[in-house]
Amino acid sequence: MNTQAIKAIYNYEMARAFRTIGQSIASPVISTALYFIVFGSAIGTRITEIDGISYGAFIVPGLIMFSILTQSISNAAFGIYFPRFTGTIYEVLSAPISPLEIIIGYVGAAATKSVILGLIILATAHLFVPLDIKHPFIMLLFLVLTSLTFAMLGFIIGIWADGFEKLQIIPLLVITPLAFLGGTFYSINMLPPFWQTVTLFNPVVYLISGFRWSFYEISDVNVGMSLLAVVLFLSAAIGVIYWIFKSGYQLKS
Amino acid sequence: MKNSIEIKNINKIYDGGFQALKDINLSITEGEIFALLGPNGAGKTTLISTICGIVTPTNGSIKINGYDIEKDYRQTRSLIGLVPQELTTDAFESVWATVSFSRGLFGKKANPAYIEKILKSLSLWDKKDNKLMTLSGGMKRRVLIAKALSHEPKILFLDEPTAGVDVELRKDMWNIVRDLRESGVTIILTTHYIEEAEEMADRIGVINNGEIILVENKTELMQKLGKKQLTLELTEKLEQIPETLKDYDLELKEDGTQLIYTYNTTQERTGITTMLNAISNCKIKFRDLNTKQSSLEEIFVELVKK
Repeated sequence: MNTQAIKAIYNYEMARAFRTIGQSIASPVISTALYFIVFGSAIGTRITEIDGISYGAFIVPGLIMFSILTQSISNAAFGIYFPRFTGTIYEVLSAPISPLEIIIGYVGAAATKSVILGLIILATAHLFVPLDIKHPFIMLLFLVLTSLTFAMLGFIIGIWADGFEKLQIIPLLVITPLAFLGGTFYSINMLPPFWQTVTLFNPVVYLISGFRWSFYEISDVNVGMSLLAVVLFLSAAIGVIYWIFKSGYQLKS
Repeated sequence: MKNSIEIKNINKIYDGGFQALKDINLSITEGEIFALLGPNGAGKTTLISTICGIVTPTNGSIKINGYDIEKDYRQTRSLIGLVPQELTTDAFESVWATVSFSRGLFGKKANPAYIEKILKSLSLWDKKDNKLMTLSGGMKRRVLIAKALSHEPKILFLDEPTAGVDVELRKDMWNIVRDLRESGVTIILTTHYIEEAEEMADRIGVINNGEIILVENKTELMQKLGKKQLTLELTEKLEQIPETLKDYDLELKEDGTQLIYTYNTTQERTGITTMLNAISNCKIKFRDLNTKQSSLEEIFVELVKK
């Protein structure tokens, strides 16, 4: 194991986050605060409780998940895409490191950033609504697994993308709608039966539901299903990444 | 001297069917400076990239200090430093950070004293906190060299180190390379400047259309270059070379209006005076004469044309 290399990539990526702290930390925090002001305070006060939870508190897990999904993807995608774009990737490819080490470095750093971001948003939310987390460890487990999974997805996107547009397309056109329709702002039980069934095909539902369960013990789908879903996504992501390095797709010719 | 790189029957066919390398066989001796010479698109960069692990060969094997580049990639890659042709740098990083990053990437423990030494030897020390994007092209090239040297490699690849570099800096670069060789590093450089190969290399390999067409010691190559031609523009057409001049290496060209004498400048006696005397004895008159030395450039062009 080339631990020096993992450390080098990880530290390098973390340093990049601190250098662009406005983009990587401040902007998600501000946008989350805006959601709270609009949906939590302004409109939320006119919405009745959902499953015995005030609307402001209800949306907290969803909002954290939403930020984690998009930020994990864009962080990891950019982290690997940028060296490909500038050409500095040659160094990583010619270094004595294995694919696993490359992934631990890049994905590990992106996931770490997401977890930190999630905790910061949680603290921000705490300023607006009282929070009571029933299962803090399961909450953390969801946070970490989701961050990892979507950082891997971001890594895949960063390798697949051959332009800045492709880099943004999945977070904007796929993840954002799925997150909005996946119960960030409402409980699936509020939908007509037909749409409830359709929604079950949205993978983000399982993530948000499980995460919300760890806060309030309320969920749209069984928490076990949620955990299973996260593990499945994680395995799928690992599978694709394994194939990428095996075939050298977009990295080596 | 043992071989530090052994390349056997390497072929590279890209996905589109383009064959960039054709059955390459080459050995690089430890401690030498080897210049790979070839026109653009000849396969120089592909060959280097293959040795460094960036391009996967279609078949064939490469060994570095006895280690296979695929099976023992950790050993082989630790031995190699690569300075790419393009000035690819992280615009927003500082010189110090990017060089330290390279060292870590190649599995070496942080060693600020060593990085300091490299930066000083490349005249980068006062720029160590500068962001890379603020550096000139020549300075960026130095940073890339510093990065390649950061993990104390035994073999250094310089892919067109002086492309787009001014004369002054080119001379600096040559000195840097010589210093590196002094410290025992094997150096392989690609170039399409013949002057550069002439100046630096112990051995020269010429590559064209993915094939190595010649590998020779520079001194031997220079001896071939020692050949010089004296052309006599004759006043009157000559049908054939007179019998008395048959002993000289003479050629009749341009419908008998030019007489060409080929001789070796490295020999003490070139025979020019006796040849000219013999010509005047034959009553052959000439109105002009010129001499021409075939350069490495011409040999190169000649080789590449075939």
